[in-house]
Amino acid sequence: MSDKMHIKLNVNGEDHEFLAEPRDLLIYALREKLNITGPHVGCDTSHCGACTVTINGKSVKSCTMFVAQANGAEITTIEGIGQPDALHVLQESFREHHGLQCGFCTPGMITRASKLLEENPTPSEEEVRFGMAGNICRCTGYQNIVKSILAAASELNAAQEAAE
Amino acid sequence: MIPAAFDYYRPKDVEGVIALLQEHGDDARVLAGGHSLIPMMKLRMAEVPHLIDLQDIAALKGISIDGDTITIGAMVSQHELINHEGLQSAAPILREAALQIADPQVRYMGTVGGNIANGDPGNDMPGLMQCLDAQINLLGPDGTRTVAARDYYEAAYMTDREDDEILISISFTAPTRGYAYEKQKRKIGDYATAAAAVQISKLDGKVAVASIAMTNLSDIPVWSQGAADELVGSTCDTATLKAAVAAMLGDIDPTEDNRGPVAFKRHVAGIILTRAITRAWDRA
Repeated sequence: MSDKMHIKLNVNGEDHEFLAEPRDLLIYALREKLNITGPHVGCDTSHCGACTVTINGKSVKSCTMFVAQANGAEITTIEGIGQPDALHVLQESFREHHGLQCGFCTPGMITRASKLLEENPTPSEEEVRFGMAGNICRCTGYQNIVKSILAAASELNAAQEAAE
Repeated sequence: MIPAAFDYYRPKDVEGVIALLQEHGDDARVLAGGHSLIPMMKLRMAEVPHLIDLQDIAALKGISIDGDTITIGAMVSQHELINHEGLQSAAPILREAALQIADPQVRYMGTVGGNIANGDPGNDMPGLMQCLDAQINLLGPDGTRTVAARDYYEAAYMTDREDDEILISISFTAPTRGYAYEKQKRKIGDYATAAAAVQISKLDGKVAVASIAMTNLSDIPVWSQGAADELVGSTCDTATLKAAVAAMLGDIDPTEDNRGPVAFKRHVAGIILTRAITRAWDRA
């Protein structure tokens, strides 16, 4: 049983087609079949958020989704948010405000934060903490992560106002 | 962690789901948000040879508010529940409860139907549905039937639903004003040490009608008519709160686990219920 399935994903604007077993978890398909290694395997139990990606407009822990469920979906990972030579405002802000130390949780943090700011461009500190509650950091603590996201929100809003 | 292999199906309508359930019996399970089932499959505590994904079935989606009857499709996510404006005014206790479930990512995936159908004593929606006197709508080979949430739960993970039925929606009458969902948990993402759902309506300065249900304090949710009866006719004064808590403590049956010993859980249950009644009364 369980023949391989033909899977189609659009990841960061690019179409991919490959064969996978339905039981393959999305995080492993992204990392091992597509070589998209920004999303990390942290706890592998849907607690830590290091594997967070955006799927059809939802922040999802990709360790708790079968690749079969994602078949046909549009996915954004950290690779689709910014590039080393063109950082996203959130990435610049994490660097500026020391929002990371070892960096392991950072792709999930920034991917989740980008969706949070899309849904709520002017969050309070409490709303940032509540909205980021599905992501765990084991080294810097959360103070600077929250500071980074609030600063990025201000900057994005200032840029928005300047454009109008 | 890699689960055992399975065949995957994504039917377009409920008839397709029922046909698969009839064909494969208890070798088949339906998949809603998957945030209870997939972890169990990864741990190989659940083996599902035939997995039926419900994500494409339009009939299981949507929230309708028709007069004072509210119907919520099984595949409505906690995130959708939280952000539905009509529901926020018609039944604000749902949003208050859903915001205390898991974390943001899990709430995008986790569904109302999954939370209710799973039968895990830690799930928050079953107790809430009992508080609201919701009706659970099931579909099987012989058509639909409706079961009261207060009669639905038999034991942990055991409900009135048959193997070839699926939960399609829940419906309830819009509750009256005073409400509170109060939950004590050890950390974000944990199930409740104790949680209480309370609805209170007021007439001439006194409690007219009350409904109280408790979560994760027995192997099924506990609707405590005794606790609610204590409130009726009162002004929720201190003596009444104590009597309601005593009645509730007579109905729950917690067991010791990593959330604490029985005495601690009973203590927390009393505090949580007192807070919930106080807040619901303030809002009534």
